[in-house]
Amino acid sequence: MITFIPRDKVSKNWIIIAPILSIVFTIFFGLLIFTFLGYNPLETLYQIFVSPFSRIDRISDILVKACPLIIIGTGLMLCFKSNVWNIGAEGQFIMGALLAGFIALSFPNIETKFFLLITISAGFVGGALWAFIPAILKTKLNVNEILVSLMLVYVAMLFIDFIVRGPLRDPMSFGFPLSKPYPEGALINKIPFPGIGFLGQLHYGILFVFLLVPVAWIFVNKTLGGFKINVLGSAPQAAKFAGFKRNSIIITVLLLSGGLAGVAGVIEVSANIGQLQPEVSFGYGFTAIIVAFLGRLSPVGILFAGIIIATVKLGADNAQMTMGIPKVVTGLFEGILLFFLLTGETLQKYKIKWSEGK
Amino acid sequence: MEALILTIIATSIPLLLAATGELIAEKSGILNLGVEGMMLSGAVGALGAVLWLENPYYGIIAGALSGVLMASIFSVFTINFMTNQVATGLGLTIFATGLTGLAGAPLVGKTIPSLPKIEIFLLADIPIIGSILFKQDFVAYLSIAIIIFISFFLKYSKSGIILRAVGDDHQSAHSVGYPVKKIRWYASCFGGMCAGIGGAYIPLVLTPHWSEGMTAGRGWIALALVVFASWIPWRIIVGALIFGGITIAQLVGQARGWPIPSQLLSMMPYLATIIALTMISGRLSKNNSVVPSSLGKPFFGSQ
Amino acid sequence: MIKFCTRIFSLIALSISVLFFVISSAFAGSPTKVGFVYLTTPGDHGWTYAHELGKQMVEKRFGKDIKVSVVENVPEGPDATRVIRELAKQGNEIIFTTSFGYMEPTLKVAKEFPNVKFEHITGYKRSKNVATGNIRFYEGRYIQGVVAGLMTKTNKIGYIGAYPIAEVIMGINAFAQGLKSVNKDASISVIWANTWYDPVKEADAAKVHIAEGADVLAQHTDSPAMLQIAEKNGAMGFGQSTDMSAFAPKAQLFASINNWGPYYIKKIEELRNGKWNTGDGPNHWPGNVWGGIKSDMLVISKFQNMPANVAQKAQEALDGIKSGKINIFAGPLIDNTGKEIIPAGKALDDGALWGMNYYLQGVNGKVPG
Repeated sequence: MITFIPRDKVSKNWIIIAPILSIVFTIFFGLLIFTFLGYNPLETLYQIFVSPFSRIDRISDILVKACPLIIIGTGLMLCFKSNVWNIGAEGQFIMGALLAGFIALSFPNIETKFFLLITISAGFVGGALWAFIPAILKTKLNVNEILVSLMLVYVAMLFIDFIVRGPLRDPMSFGFPLSKPYPEGALINKIPFPGIGFLGQLHYGILFVFLLVPVAWIFVNKTLGGFKINVLGSAPQAAKFAGFKRNSIIITVLLLSGGLAGVAGVIEVSANIGQLQPEVSFGYGFTAIIVAFLGRLSPVGILFAGIIIATVKLGADNAQMTMGIPKVVTGLFEGILLFFLLTGETLQKYKIKWSEGK
Repeated sequence: MEALILTIIATSIPLLLAATGELIAEKSGILNLGVEGMMLSGAVGALGAVLWLENPYYGIIAGALSGVLMASIFSVFTINFMTNQVATGLGLTIFATGLTGLAGAPLVGKTIPSLPKIEIFLLADIPIIGSILFKQDFVAYLSIAIIIFISFFLKYSKSGIILRAVGDDHQSAHSVGYPVKKIRWYASCFGGMCAGIGGAYIPLVLTPHWSEGMTAGRGWIALALVVFASWIPWRIIVGALIFGGITIAQLVGQARGWPIPSQLLSMMPYLATIIALTMISGRLSKNNSVVPSSLGKPFFGSQ
Repeated sequence: MIKFCTRIFSLIALSISVLFFVISSAFAGSPTKVGFVYLTTPGDHGWTYAHELGKQMVEKRFGKDIKVSVVENVPEGPDATRVIRELAKQGNEIIFTTSFGYMEPTLKVAKEFPNVKFEHITGYKRSKNVATGNIRFYEGRYIQGVVAGLMTKTNKIGYIGAYPIAEVIMGINAFAQGLKSVNKDASISVIWANTWYDPVKEADAAKVHIAEGADVLAQHTDSPAMLQIAEKNGAMGFGQSTDMSAFAPKAQLFASINNWGPYYIKKIEELRNGKWNTGDGPNHWPGNVWGGIKSDMLVISKFQNMPANVAQKAQEALDGIKSGKINIFAGPLIDNTGKEIIPAGKALDDGALWGMNYYLQGVNGKVPG
């Protein structure tokens, strides 16, 4: 019989060991599953975990894929830290992209890249507004934010679908649901490397990530706002005694996470698609939840977690191309990884004790 | 009209079952966001079993077992390893979507016999009502039976009262000597069983073949229904029928040429859920006793 | 200890797999490498499955002379760009991208790989190394209309559309033209599923159509769910993209089958002979290849579950389209608000088909959007 005994303080060792150990366990289970399914397990592992790093342009593709995950994940981190369960980032991503797209398409001839500041801000506003709905319902009427934010994902998906097939449809698209292409000023360009040219899709949007991660780190660790969020999440009673306004914290974290999801939406569309289409997000909002947890709700962790998840996604594509393994295996990996990771979190707070009998 | 009502009922049954199971789990303090995943495994399990054993009734059993299996994974992590329930539930859905995609691959392209309708002697001959209420399949009757059973179970049986006590305040329940973890395990597995049967209903009755992710978000609706019903079993029937009704109404509206964009009609069920949640939560905040107070909180005690 | 073993194990695993990889690529022969990008999995039994059948014909025809790579479930967006580029980098010489949404990604990658040939299915933009191919799906729908008009007893036809885009609307209108040619009293109701693929939703839509009195159903979505519902409720319907009679042996009247194989084979053959080209049609619809019944890209499965006289009428319609005697969109065409689209003696050209945003007579309601 196993029992758990609380540790006096969170184990420092486990903070490092737990994520590594969970990856090792995940790989082990992955080996078992692939062997069982009749695939060469070693080659599969090579394709999923190593092949994405085998060429410089593949590595840059990892960064491109990780970019929205890290941005959304950082926003979700704030929510989850304060025990606010925003699982509607997918919808906030879409609404951010949509509002920014609307503004971009309203100025069809603009060329200056300063315009991006406007569209990115619009994306923030769009995402934040969408997150404001669960925020206000939760704080004023005590409505469960998990369900509201999730329902709003479906509403957002249908809404962008309606807009792109109706009001914003390009008349020259032969009835196909595409908006006009964005003006030059609303596009995020690929980064040219001297002597090499472009590396895959690597674009300037990635710079936002390198800006965001340190800012988020300072906010969480060095400011009063970050402190309040931590306290509200880990010790709600203490937060109450300290006089922190619970409602305003909840609204703030939801607005921030919605806004960041919206910004991710703008960057994704402006850099990689260049026009609005019915589908602009591809589950980034949901995958980012895992990224936030895998990153142990810390900005630097989320940076790495985003890269790991992006690697698995690209690796699964490679495994499919070379070995014909169905792409759904990524879900399997993400799920198992999350399970072990969460277990690791428990081990941080508790010691295991083996006891005889009951 | 009769045919429309039958369609609404059929659409509602998976929701009804999954929501009922989740209700019991939540009453014990377990918030399992993996309903979608458990329904998917139920669907794939049922299909596999029917293809193998060639009898649709085995599909129900297989669906239930697959759901329980998924719920057990969830329980090991959340109850024994005390992981965060929200994250684990999300993980379960992602995991099960992947697993069922792999497991379902060989089932693609195969079709199975549907569950037969069972006519209840004499009652089935009553005009209109007879064919709506008494000419249903086994799972439809089963789901109503489960609802009636758990209504009584929660209210009048000793085990039901213990279950609620565990969900309301696990510390006191533990100090009185109830095995909190064991009870949560049972409740969680019951939830998995119901979700599994609900998922099995989709290939067994609605569309008799397998396709990846075929539950298409119904598990999440089931979660909303539990709140919508404010944890009172019979209200799940009402909620499921309303939801099924709106889903069908927007299709009828299109067939009859109502001049509303179809996307906006498709939004209706989701918006309706939000509105219903808002209306109910306003009442809940005044009368907090319906919400299991330990919902979603891990229990750290040893036993 | 366990951790140590795992570490050693994974190290060995990695080195072996690297070695394996190097050796296998060194000994690769010189078959033509062909890539396919699928929107979903062949498990949809519809659109992607039809492409999968085409791919299988290719494999059968060329055997060891080609090496095929397939990527399934590729969303239409940045992922598509990356996957297509990856296929090009891996040395595929011709890449078929099999969904409309791959248009821009295909063009983008094609610019980076001028020596690789790209075949975009259902698109309208071409470039030096991007060709487009499409099927005149609407021709099959005309025949469906003829059969539906003769088979319906309630004079109500239920139609399930995916999205209100020109391609689908043109199908509905072609269906209406066929319907009108044999039965002036019947009319079509349309339900938009707003998805290409959601079996439960498609099934619900089919049930609603039946409840509303329709006895013949048609679909422009991908799963066999509609036919299964028709089968259970004694209604009739048509198979979409592939022969779906396995799902509905009593309900399927016939299926319009997308036959991509010969097109793929032709293009790969051209590539191997150094004769691959993008055709010289104008740079807009109908594209360089828009084949229908005549060119065997659209195949009508056997007529079943219908009386001999109906099958004969259907055969006549099929022959008429094949010989060019029947022009589906010949004037006078009047839309369902009474407006004349084109007078007698004229016919819509291909460009006009892709601008359709109205219903012809015989269809109820109004095109959304």
